[in-house]
Amino acid sequence: MTVTEIGSPRRRKEDQRLITGRTRYTDNIVLPGMLHLAMVRSPFAHATITAIDTHDATSSPGVVAVLTGRDVADEQGSLPCAWPITPDQKAPPHPAIAVDHVAFAGEVVACVIARSAAEARDAIELIDIDYDELPVVLDLEEALTDATLAHPDLGTNKSATWVFDSAEAGTGDDVAQVLAASELVLERTYLQQRLIPAFMEPRSTVVDPTGEQITMWSATQVPHLLRLMLALTLSIPEGKVRVVAPDVGGGFGGKLQVTPEEVITMLAARRTGKPCKYTETRSESLMAAHHGRGQVQRLKLGATREGIVTGLSVDLLADMGAYLGLVTPGVPILGAFMYNSIYKFAAYRFSCTNLFTNKAWTDAYRGAGRPEATFAIERLMDDLAHELDMDPVELRRKNWIKHEEFPFSTIACLEYDSGNYEAATDRALELFGYDDLCAERDRRRAAGDRVQLGIGVSTFTEMCGLAPSRVLGALSYAAGGWEHAQVRVLPTGAVEVVTGVSGHGQGHETAWSQIVADRLGVPFDSIEVLHGDTQTSQKGLDTYGSRSLVVGGMAVVAAADKVIEKARTVAAHLLEASTDDIEFAEGRFSVRGTDQGLALGEIAFATFSAHNLPDGFEPSLDSDATFDPENFSFPHGTHLAAMEVDTETGEVTLRKYVCVDDIGNVINPMIVDGQVHGGLVQGIAQALFEEAVHDESGTLVSGSFVDYLVPSAADLPSFTTDRTVTPSTTNALGVKGVGEAGTIASTPAIVNGVLDAIRHLGVQDIAMPCSPHRVWKALQDGASKGLGAEEPVPDRVAPEQDAGPMNSSGNLPTGDFQ
Amino acid sequence: MTEQTTEAVAEELHDVRLTVNGASYDVRVPARRLLSDALRHDIGLTGTHVGCEHGVCGACTILLDGAPTRSCLLLTVSADGREVTTVEGLTERDGSLGPVQQAFKDCHGLQCGFCTPGFLTTITAGLRDNPDPSEAEARDMIGGNLCRCTGYANIVAAVLRAAELGAEAEPA
Repeated sequence: MTVTEIGSPRRRKEDQRLITGRTRYTDNIVLPGMLHLAMVRSPFAHATITAIDTHDATSSPGVVAVLTGRDVADEQGSLPCAWPITPDQKAPPHPAIAVDHVAFAGEVVACVIARSAAEARDAIELIDIDYDELPVVLDLEEALTDATLAHPDLGTNKSATWVFDSAEAGTGDDVAQVLAASELVLERTYLQQRLIPAFMEPRSTVVDPTGEQITMWSATQVPHLLRLMLALTLSIPEGKVRVVAPDVGGGFGGKLQVTPEEVITMLAARRTGKPCKYTETRSESLMAAHHGRGQVQRLKLGATREGIVTGLSVDLLADMGAYLGLVTPGVPILGAFMYNSIYKFAAYRFSCTNLFTNKAWTDAYRGAGRPEATFAIERLMDDLAHELDMDPVELRRKNWIKHEEFPFSTIACLEYDSGNYEAATDRALELFGYDDLCAERDRRRAAGDRVQLGIGVSTFTEMCGLAPSRVLGALSYAAGGWEHAQVRVLPTGAVEVVTGVSGHGQGHETAWSQIVADRLGVPFDSIEVLHGDTQTSQKGLDTYGSRSLVVGGMAVVAAADKVIEKARTVAAHLLEASTDDIEFAEGRFSVRGTDQGLALGEIAFATFSAHNLPDGFEPSLDSDATFDPENFSFPHGTHLAAMEVDTETGEVTLRKYVCVDDIGNVINPMIVDGQVHGGLVQGIAQALFEEAVHDESGTLVSGSFVDYLVPSAADLPSFTTDRTVTPSTTNALGVKGVGEAGTIASTPAIVNGVLDAIRHLGVQDIAMPCSPHRVWKALQDGASKGLGAEEPVPDRVAPEQDAGPMNSSGNLPTGDFQ
Repeated sequence: MTEQTTEAVAEELHDVRLTVNGASYDVRVPARRLLSDALRHDIGLTGTHVGCEHGVCGACTILLDGAPTRSCLLLTVSADGREVTTVEGLTERDGSLGPVQQAFKDCHGLQCGFCTPGFLTTITAGLRDNPDPSEAEARDMIGGNLCRCTGYANIVAAVLRAAELGAEAEPA
């Protein structure tokens, strides 16, 4: 193989259509006779439905039908959860349209089908619904008491408790004993606020019931899983369902779901016999598409006075919201393997209790479990460094796995194949100008400057490339983690690559072309990558968990290699040589030691014409491959943030951000940089801007883009990104995955930086997002408590809710960062 | 489910003439029809995307008589007789990419592409006002548009690149 494409910053194939307006997003699709849906959503977070009067809506102009939960109760089934983390996991049924009970504000209670979208929306105003309100449970600590139940029929808010214990697993010591014997134990409680994935394309679904197959176009990350789950949920033969994910406008885990709206659109199309379309509004999206994060992390870290970490105990409360989505219960469990991160511990225990609340369901959001784990351990490491008056980087050096120790079996049962934390950290420190910035911080601290400087450190690793199927099986996930690809050589020598992953902004069409161009020696532009349609790409497990390249890309390599072997047989036959004497390089099969040879395209045409093939040779070079990884991949990196905090206003400014990631070999450095940039901003947004805020009745207050603060360019600096390259040894490409890295590492870097700036003023913790108001309030509290304040317990409910004048004047609680 | 039998009562419709990307369109729309919907659904120019329908994200930004405008906040009837430029109109007459489009491709200024049309129109107008922006000015130029994928770094780079391409195309 001659490497010319891999590693080059190829401009993307996808861009031409996206920058000229020739897009195919689901909402662009128009079909003959198409009807439009609008949803009636519960205004109450918890209620029983006592009556629904649809008469006026039914007779409203353009309305074809109204569906209520009762209308479809026998056919709508229950939305699927594919990850029962324990055998006794509890879950309420999840009807697409609520029948008699709603458990969060925004849940669908009726659907209008009309000739136009405007008529459908007009008619939902005419539906009269009587509710009996029930008490709501919103807070995780309250949910744990079962005093108020999110689902009274369930009898408890506890869905499941999942435990990993290093002593039980035989990977380490007993954490209680280790902590008891430790010279120092830090006890902390950190809060992971609720976030909203906030993909830019609102979810949209079109279902065409005409013809023999029902076709669904949907803004989804998971067309294959969606097809399977629609068949199972609605008892439709799987072969009768085709799912297409056309252009999809971002996902970040938020479109890794089987949604009520998809099921309802399917039901509506089957009822009416007409194509039906549903496109949500932004407010519906923020309110009812699944949220992410939402955890209380209770932590105990033991250490020696020399700064050697001895053990870690993690006790989590995880907010499921009102229902279990496709992988909801498993999200915090994905974090279980990452709290030890890049460090060596003697003892580790992880316990997570999954709880129901009367808020929107949660599920995967970029990083899914791993950002929470990384945040916790990196905050703890900085707190420990402060406690020991030690440089936070030096503390990490004392505890991390050294590069010569790989492969390394971790206390959480993973085998890290490769890594070089020293190299990435040294590079980051150099780019950052760490010593100079620390000196400036110390000067400004000594001078008592109004604007203080803080240095935030975050090192991380993650497990990605989900996933070895047998590991998923051991974790009780219902599906595997393999990926499929097909490589077809057309008679002209052009190549089609069919992939089972389903990109929605990641640039797979470009990167897969680069891989195949090098592998088969065909021009980049002669390769077409097909994906996102179950009729074209019959097998696949789709895109999430930084898996597309690590798993899907490897399937492409395996399929291409099979093509080469088939072509070698044909080449040997045509060149009258033994297959052992046929060499393949740069797209050409040659007889060793001669100038005789044939190009892949010539062999493809000979195979197509099939006039002269070896006896018994099936006249096709096309090849399928299904790749199941043997291990995860483990990207890592070091991120450094210089944060300025105005001690009088609480304003936080990100002055400088440096990250050095090690994601192994890189197929396209331009795309990788883009993934890192976007990931960083989502992680920074958790630290500084974003939060799904609910009022005391469970209504989402941050229900528009005015209130849910997705950062803009004006909120951010530019970033310095660099890489070290320690190839993964568990796949032939040596790649690791990059989609989630930035999001996982950046949140603790930012918060650590903010705290470093003002810790000397008595501030030990600030609940995220670190808005100016919260920072200011923490400074006031710190000043009143004096230095050396007690161990911090952050405000449990969004602290700004009690803020007095700001709220009583009617402004929204999150409005202080605009 | 109940079937509806009564005849629908039609909403009052208004005749509106729009010039979109140089071509004239006559549409008959209800007074409440948003320009974004008229462009997408009545005229069939689906390159303009609607990301939030409350004027924050900027995905639906079009140029109205050259000025960047949120088409989700504008009624079609109030655009009567005006000139509209959408993303489809940013391509050169020979079909080649316009400078901002080319810069987005060169600089990897987009990932999923959903917000991109609004950035392209915004920057086209922005560079007309300020053909040689500093990095800070480039950042400010796009401060009213949301992108969830790119972290904006490469969009800022694309603004600067588009300014270069524009300068090359029109030597002083």
